[in-house]
Amino acid sequence: MTFTLLLIQILNGAQYGVLLFLIAAGLTLVFGVMGFINLAHGVQYMIGAYLTFMFLSITGNFFVALLLGLITALVLGLALEVLIFRHLYDRDHLDQVLATFGIILFVNEAVKVIWGPGTLTIPTPEILSASLQLTDNLLYPVYRLSLIVVGIIVAAGLYLIVTKTRVGMLIRAGATNADMVSALGVNIRRLFTIVFGFGAMLAGFAGALAAPVFTIEPGMGDDLLIVAFVVIIIGGIGSIRGAFIAALLVGLIDTLGRTLATDAMNLIFDASAANQIGPSLASMLIYIFMAAVLFFRPQGLFPARGAV
Amino acid sequence: MKKLICALGTLLLATTARAEDLKIGLVVTLSGPPAVLGKQIEDAFKLAVDDMGGKVGGLDTELFVVDSELKPDVALTRVKGLLERDEVDFVVGTVFSNVLGAIFKPVTRSETFLISPNAGPSTLAGKNCSPYFFSTSYQNNQNFEVLGQHAQEQGIKSVFMMAPNYQAGRDAMNGFKKYYKGEITNEVFTPLGHKDFSAEIAQMSTSDAEALFTFMPGGMGVRFVKQFRDAGLADKMKFLSAFTVDEATLPAQKDAALGFFGATTWAPNLDLPQSEAFVAAFEGKYGYIPGGFAMQAYDAALLIDSAVRAVGGDLSDKDALRKALEAADFQSLRGKFSFNNNHFPVQDFYLLRVAQRDDGKYWTEIDTKVFEDYTDSFASECKM
Amino acid sequence: MRELSVAGAETLSGKQRIDRSLLIGICILAVLALTPFVTEIAGGNYVLNLVLKAMILAIAAVSLDLLIGHGGLVSFGHAAFLGLGSYVTGIALTEGITNALPVLGLVLLICGLFALITGAISLRTSGVYFIMITLAFGQMLFFSLSSLSSYGGDDGLTLWDSPVLFGQNVFLAGSGLFYSTLIILALTWFFVGRLSVSRFGRVLRAGKENPVRVGTMGFDIFHYRLIAYVIAGLLAGVAGFLTACHAEFISPSTAAWQNSGNLIIMVVLGGMGTRNGALLGAIFVVLIEESLSLITHEWKLIFGPLLVFIVLFAKGGLVSLITRPGGRA
Repeated sequence: MTFTLLLIQILNGAQYGVLLFLIAAGLTLVFGVMGFINLAHGVQYMIGAYLTFMFLSITGNFFVALLLGLITALVLGLALEVLIFRHLYDRDHLDQVLATFGIILFVNEAVKVIWGPGTLTIPTPEILSASLQLTDNLLYPVYRLSLIVVGIIVAAGLYLIVTKTRVGMLIRAGATNADMVSALGVNIRRLFTIVFGFGAMLAGFAGALAAPVFTIEPGMGDDLLIVAFVVIIIGGIGSIRGAFIAALLVGLIDTLGRTLATDAMNLIFDASAANQIGPSLASMLIYIFMAAVLFFRPQGLFPARGAV
Repeated sequence: MKKLICALGTLLLATTARAEDLKIGLVVTLSGPPAVLGKQIEDAFKLAVDDMGGKVGGLDTELFVVDSELKPDVALTRVKGLLERDEVDFVVGTVFSNVLGAIFKPVTRSETFLISPNAGPSTLAGKNCSPYFFSTSYQNNQNFEVLGQHAQEQGIKSVFMMAPNYQAGRDAMNGFKKYYKGEITNEVFTPLGHKDFSAEIAQMSTSDAEALFTFMPGGMGVRFVKQFRDAGLADKMKFLSAFTVDEATLPAQKDAALGFFGATTWAPNLDLPQSEAFVAAFEGKYGYIPGGFAMQAYDAALLIDSAVRAVGGDLSDKDALRKALEAADFQSLRGKFSFNNNHFPVQDFYLLRVAQRDDGKYWTEIDTKVFEDYTDSFASECKM
Repeated sequence: MRELSVAGAETLSGKQRIDRSLLIGICILAVLALTPFVTEIAGGNYVLNLVLKAMILAIAAVSLDLLIGHGGLVSFGHAAFLGLGSYVTGIALTEGITNALPVLGLVLLICGLFALITGAISLRTSGVYFIMITLAFGQMLFFSLSSLSSYGGDDGLTLWDSPVLFGQNVFLAGSGLFYSTLIILALTWFFVGRLSVSRFGRVLRAGKENPVRVGTMGFDIFHYRLIAYVIAGLLAGVAGFLTACHAEFISPSTAAWQNSGNLIIMVVLGGMGTRNGALLGAIFVVLIEESLSLITHEWKLIFGPLLVFIVLFAKGGLVSLITRPGGRA
């Protein structure tokens, strides 16, 4: 693999990682602060994309559609919290898994009924539709670069909120010991709702941002949800910094691994065997990485206790 | 609640069959993104039944549509329901090979005819061929072989190959390599449902390959075509594909797919009166352009119609029915059509090209004929 | 006295409560045993097959409940044993081994080894980490099965033979398989039930509540958990064997994480850690999914909210609906 190719793959891995971070951030906060396993996080990602699609066809402007979509996603997320999730915080994790799974089934089917089963596309916004000539043969869309930039800004913003503001302090305290925070007179219910709504909005934001590149289809969030869980486990539950670094690592390992796995297998096996084993190995890489992290450092790379 | 009790009751009641009726079970995927393909098949089959006035082969026809959910175990349960509860005379299905594999034994063992309007795995064309199985589509490898032949004929020197990492993807790679003897720069397998092709596209850009061969069905095709075009590779590499730019994906791909090539046995612009009538009727009724899946399903209905007519509506003589099916005495939408010894079609294959119609919609058009009266590579392994 | 403090409150009121749940379980099994006769009159093979499918999954669910309900170990990779069991069976049959005993022996051996190795690694973690690592192992097995091109890959493999036991086709799809499965289900249910009230089960459950305390009492909880994990893996492997016999087809999708999730739903929905929860849960899920799909193709629009409803209002699962609150069904 040439040096140019390596650089491009690192860029690609970073972009995937940033998208993963946007999804994982909300997930790790909700899990870390409220101890709530939210499998429906994936459908919140999907809803953001579908809502943006819907508003785009009404307004014709990507950014307006994005804003409207985010607000609606926030409202829907809050509605879910008030109606269903609020009653599950004290319940067993498994009850949460079951309920959120029921929501996944329902929402995936609902979007299929409303928008049809086919894959939908939305065009990249005009302002960002240019491309960079990366090499003689390769154009890199500016939109993808802007994804990386946005992701870093959001990460920085979240980090500042969580470490420097009062709400952030409450979130960190809630992640460490929710009962104590409540006993100190803080309205823990309201805190939970804020965290949940914000997490839902982040997921919807990620879905909307990804839509021009990754398209929109029912169930689009489910595979990414699993990877997001892998990310927060590796990063450490409740930690924003951990989620960011783990997301980048997972993005890089997955992208580079996919490129290198078959080549590596070619060194050991013959071509046809390598073509069989390589891709399967590539799919397993992030799980192997996670297993390794769990083996050596079971609490994750940057556990939330004390740090962020 | 009442409906639930009714449904539970339906589970228990065995339906009694009226001897004059013809019952056909349709097993396709109606869940998730692949549902677009299942819907094409369902829509086309229903159109055919309508065109025959609700009587296929002259008998009052009852159609049972069942969702396989792309899960072999679910398909098995539902097909057993079709066979035992609904007592269907024919089973038409499926879209995907793994589902077909799951229902194959129960259907053929019950001496019910199984007609596939799409899936055509090599085992069913070869050593596991069955007197009760017929295909109105193709054998899975054939469309890819067409592309390999075309690339070889055109003297294309180097090809970058990419397919998803599952059995059909492997069939695609093997099919292409059958006739293509030039240089293969890379053979890349992506995960199923892959979203971000930037890594693979980067590899393509540095490979200096003259052409790209790919098989990216459904949503993968929609994403890949867009990302490929955005990366500026459309001008650098010839895009040779199967099931990647077809009527199921073109509505989403739009301009990004213009000029790209596909390969199969039919295109909606085929210059035959029965085909043109079908396309017009389908578009008129459903509002979208039919693709190959729809054509194959319509032909399946025509096949059943011709066979049932030939035996005079007497479905009990399985041997006579089989002979009637093998005769394939119907006017196929694709023109010439007959069955090989393994009950797979002998037909022409074309290279297709994506174009935009005058009314702005996108479809595939016939570019060149690559194979005439083409048979599949597994027929010799079939003992029939 | 110490024994009782480990046991917990449920067995204090003793025989009456346990007998009731035993009775309910036996009733369910009896109804199942009568199914072939009922379906002769109405429903036919279709319903018989559906109930058979439910029973096979019930075996896997009951084995999973040993881990979830009694051990507090949520394995998100349990379907791996279903898949592994079915593949060992399928490959053995395809390679010409049709005698049921060696096939079952291979299933137990390979599933046992897989359980031992993955269990030894996974059980070093707990809580959500355990969930993720079992998921990872399940995925690895799924990808491995999908890459077996010579056995169909993810197209799956049709099985042309069926295992023969002492010359009898007891595993042939139909009433033979039905009764074989029912017997295995009954044995599994009874065995796991006895295990849960035994000392082994009490230590396991105590470890679920407070592993540290159990450790200080001198029990090596890792040891107990690993044994439970292997037992569960073996039982699910046998369920995999039955799956292959029933479908006469093996496919990697049996080992997919969605199937593991399905098993968890059955256990939780039915009522974790109860004698009949997993059994009821499996039967309920299979029957409801099929019934709803007869009403509409979009049955998940109904099933999804139904799940949420049951979680919100039937705490303790389905078994809590058929017993008095506070009873251990």
